[in-house]
Amino acid sequence: MSSLSILTLAPLLLFAFIATLVGIWRLKWAYFTAIIGVVLSLIAASTGLFRVLKEGELRHFLGGWPPPFGIEYVLDHLSAFMVIIIVFIGLIAVVYPPEAGLYQTPRKGVPMYGLLMLLIAGLVGVVITGDLFNLFVFLEIYSLASYALITLGGDRAVVASFRYLVLGTIAGSFYLLGVGFIYFSTGTLNMADAARLLPPLYGSPAIMAAVALIVIGMGIKMALFPLHVWLPDAHSYAPPVVAAVLAAIQIEVAAYVIIRMLLTVFQPQYFIEVLPVTTIIGWVAAVGIIFGSVMAIAQKEFKRMLAYSTVAQVSYIGLGIGLANPLGLIGGLLHILNHAFMKSSLFLVAGGIKYQTGLHEIPQFAGLGRKMPLMMTAFTVAALSMVGIPPTCGFFSKWYLILGGLEANNWVFVAVILASSLLNAVYFFRVIEKIFAVKPSNELSAEVERAKEPSARILVPILILAAGIIVLGFINAVIVTQVLKPVVALL
Amino acid sequence: METYFSIKPLLAVLVSLIAVVLIVIPNQRPNVRESWTIMAAIAKCAIVLSMLPSVLQGNYPAITLLTISPGISLALKVDSLGILFALSASVLWILTSFFSIGYVRGVPEHKQTRYFASFAVCLSATMGIAFAANLLTLVIFYEILTIATYPLVIHKETPEAISAGRKYLVYLLTGGTFLLFALALTYQLSGSVDFRAGGIIPEQVSKSSVILLSILFLLSFGFKSAIMPLHSWLPTAMVAPTPVSALLHAVAVVKAGVFGFARAIGFIIGPQLLHDSGASGYLAGLTAATIIIASLIALRQDNLKMRLAYSTVGHLSYIVLGITMLSASGWTGGLLHMVNHAVMKITLFFCAGAIYVRTNCKNVSEMNGIGRQMPITMGAFALVSIGLAGMPPVNGFISKWYLVQGALDVGQMALVATFLLSGVLNAGYFFSIVVRAFFFRSDKFTKFGEASPLMVIPLVLTAIFALWLGIFPNQFPNLFQLAARVASNVLGGGGL
Repeated sequence: MSSLSILTLAPLLLFAFIATLVGIWRLKWAYFTAIIGVVLSLIAASTGLFRVLKEGELRHFLGGWPPPFGIEYVLDHLSAFMVIIIVFIGLIAVVYPPEAGLYQTPRKGVPMYGLLMLLIAGLVGVVITGDLFNLFVFLEIYSLASYALITLGGDRAVVASFRYLVLGTIAGSFYLLGVGFIYFSTGTLNMADAARLLPPLYGSPAIMAAVALIVIGMGIKMALFPLHVWLPDAHSYAPPVVAAVLAAIQIEVAAYVIIRMLLTVFQPQYFIEVLPVTTIIGWVAAVGIIFGSVMAIAQKEFKRMLAYSTVAQVSYIGLGIGLANPLGLIGGLLHILNHAFMKSSLFLVAGGIKYQTGLHEIPQFAGLGRKMPLMMTAFTVAALSMVGIPPTCGFFSKWYLILGGLEANNWVFVAVILASSLLNAVYFFRVIEKIFAVKPSNELSAEVERAKEPSARILVPILILAAGIIVLGFINAVIVTQVLKPVVALL
Repeated sequence: METYFSIKPLLAVLVSLIAVVLIVIPNQRPNVRESWTIMAAIAKCAIVLSMLPSVLQGNYPAITLLTISPGISLALKVDSLGILFALSASVLWILTSFFSIGYVRGVPEHKQTRYFASFAVCLSATMGIAFAANLLTLVIFYEILTIATYPLVIHKETPEAISAGRKYLVYLLTGGTFLLFALALTYQLSGSVDFRAGGIIPEQVSKSSVILLSILFLLSFGFKSAIMPLHSWLPTAMVAPTPVSALLHAVAVVKAGVFGFARAIGFIIGPQLLHDSGASGYLAGLTAATIIIASLIALRQDNLKMRLAYSTVGHLSYIVLGITMLSASGWTGGLLHMVNHAVMKITLFFCAGAIYVRTNCKNVSEMNGIGRQMPITMGAFALVSIGLAGMPPVNGFISKWYLVQGALDVGQMALVATFLLSGVLNAGYFFSIVVRAFFFRSDKFTKFGEASPLMVIPLVLTAIFALWLGIFPNQFPNLFQLAARVASNVLGGGGL
């Protein structure tokens, strides 16, 4: 029994409201109030991770009601790992200056920090809850917050947000229907309880339907090809910080739900052998990796390229699930962490460029490397990691995925991962070349000529993420053995 | 073979990275900036040389840094093969640094800070490759080398340079991708990626797996070592400034590929398995074909740097052929040629650079009588040409002697003929330049006028090295002993 799980969630929810109220009174203070809330949550999350590493699973019964009657919050290796990623990226998102990250300074009547914190709180909630229905509640909390935040990106963003709202709601309903089937069949909503009651019912069509509904619903949320159609618009029109949160942690949480179903709620063998769930996810992801990468190559707009890259990258996680062996799943899980760092830094760089110069199309970036060397170096580190150049962390997710592919004797998946690094190289080196390879004698556009290195408030979060990309590469073995090995031991 | 803990291998890698930090400090005077490069080069060379005595005695300095993947460490170990490569790269870096300073100021080049910083990163990566104790460590540094060379390839930032950079990346990143595959397959087959003389792949592994692994290693290291048809990035990359071509495209980058072959064949797959799978015969055929074809193409090049590039393609395949022959003499000759070719080819590139800076000539056809103006440069060129054609007393003779010996040991008369024919072709394309320079006349070159001493002294020194290594192959730095020891460790004394 430990309340650490709820302690990561509570400050976020609480300060979401405090920040909104403070914002009505003193707009500037909302920023600091929000930061305090996320920092408190991060402290709880880190303590939680250390406790879990030392003592194993930590459970908290909300209101003192033991399951299956009450709602249970569980911090195990998997959820502690996810929580710390979510809250850390959340902190970076909240700290990043709103004028660059949200396209505007806070206005009265728009509770930007409240929404951002609700988004983070919803994501944390999904990850720590041990209750199937409670998961749906948090799913809707973070979804609603994200619909609202996307619209801050302007007119086109409103349309994109509406499309996402329609599909997101369908996804949520699919999930809820699936949970409904499980509830009618077992009479419980508690995950651990359901896991105990389900095995005798594995042959029942209702349970099979539940699995299909949940996986499809989460497939939409995760933007797994071909259910990704909402993502490119939503992520490229959303303000940079929102896009960073959506791409770096939000869709990964949907992947988490699938992994949770695979490992905890059902027995892995059910998803792997009885129903071909992991096989389907794996092959769909393999197609998604190639599709997303090729589409990213075709984009001129920087954020849109990143959005298609997200379609490809989240499929790496799908591929890890699809391999359904320890090494492959380690690769997928590690990629959640690595991709969070890479993609959020890339979106924040996009925000920084847009704020400093007003530019957002790759061909306009010529010569930026000379004007903002530090930010562009950080970009290069993230880009190299996306390509999978060692010793950056991106290399290691590929390494484990390939080992998993060889273990599963699935040569197609191995070929897809290898091919995708080359495709990544094509679209990232195109940008790197544009930014750096310009002769001093060449004339630069007026916008680039005026550009200069952004202020420390924009630069520091980006540099922290870039440094993290390199550090994670070196400490990946520690993360794998300490945190991820116990998770995949369930397989 | 004993290993002992030492921090020196790590220092050898790090010293040039520290230099990078110092080089990029903004607003320092060029002389101060360049002094960091020189100091790092000398320090690196001193560290490597200080490890030589203990390596010669069979005591290998080693350091394990951290676990980088469960069961695999980021580890450095200086063995005989590693120090061969590291010695050539670190000694030649000092000379290239002086030469670079003369070159970039003579031309003059822009963005010199980026230039010197990238150069220093490349040297760190090269040391890492040389001292890597396992394949994963090697892969990490190998990829860093690929990326760090890119800014140097596109340095001129002309459309031509940028498209050369693209080609370079496409080729070498493809190679890197296959290398990752090969690494994973090695781990899958043997459960380890540590280098061990004689190989680590267990004997019971099926023949087809060994063949697949050989193909993957060919596709990964074949790009950097420019085995045809994977070679075409190398001539294109000649658009880079000449010191880059000299050190990276004759010594560090391409030799990293060749070195990778030595590690893969001698220390991962193992000669016995490679021989039994039958893949070595095909590898030897491919490299032999590369030697002849590259030499023929070199004959037809008018641009001096292109001629040198194709000559490099040919000579790299000497080394790989020596390794794939799987005989002790072949290995000894191949590894000696790794160093000997580096010393010789860097001299020729220095000469090409000096000629370009002084006279703006790029093409052989414009060089009639240039020996009159630059007798020292062209004298060094002539001396080294003798070596590349495989004639005494220059060091190229020694390595070629052992290569031919190796071919005779395995009874492959076709390979013997390849080496001899290639020698004739080398003589053809190098001596024609020497003859033009000294025996033809033109009105352009009448007065004595060498390039700056910063450029001439390095090229004279490398020519003297070439002569020294040719006359005293087993004096300091005992290259022969090192190469022969690697050969006997890998092949267990005899050969296959």
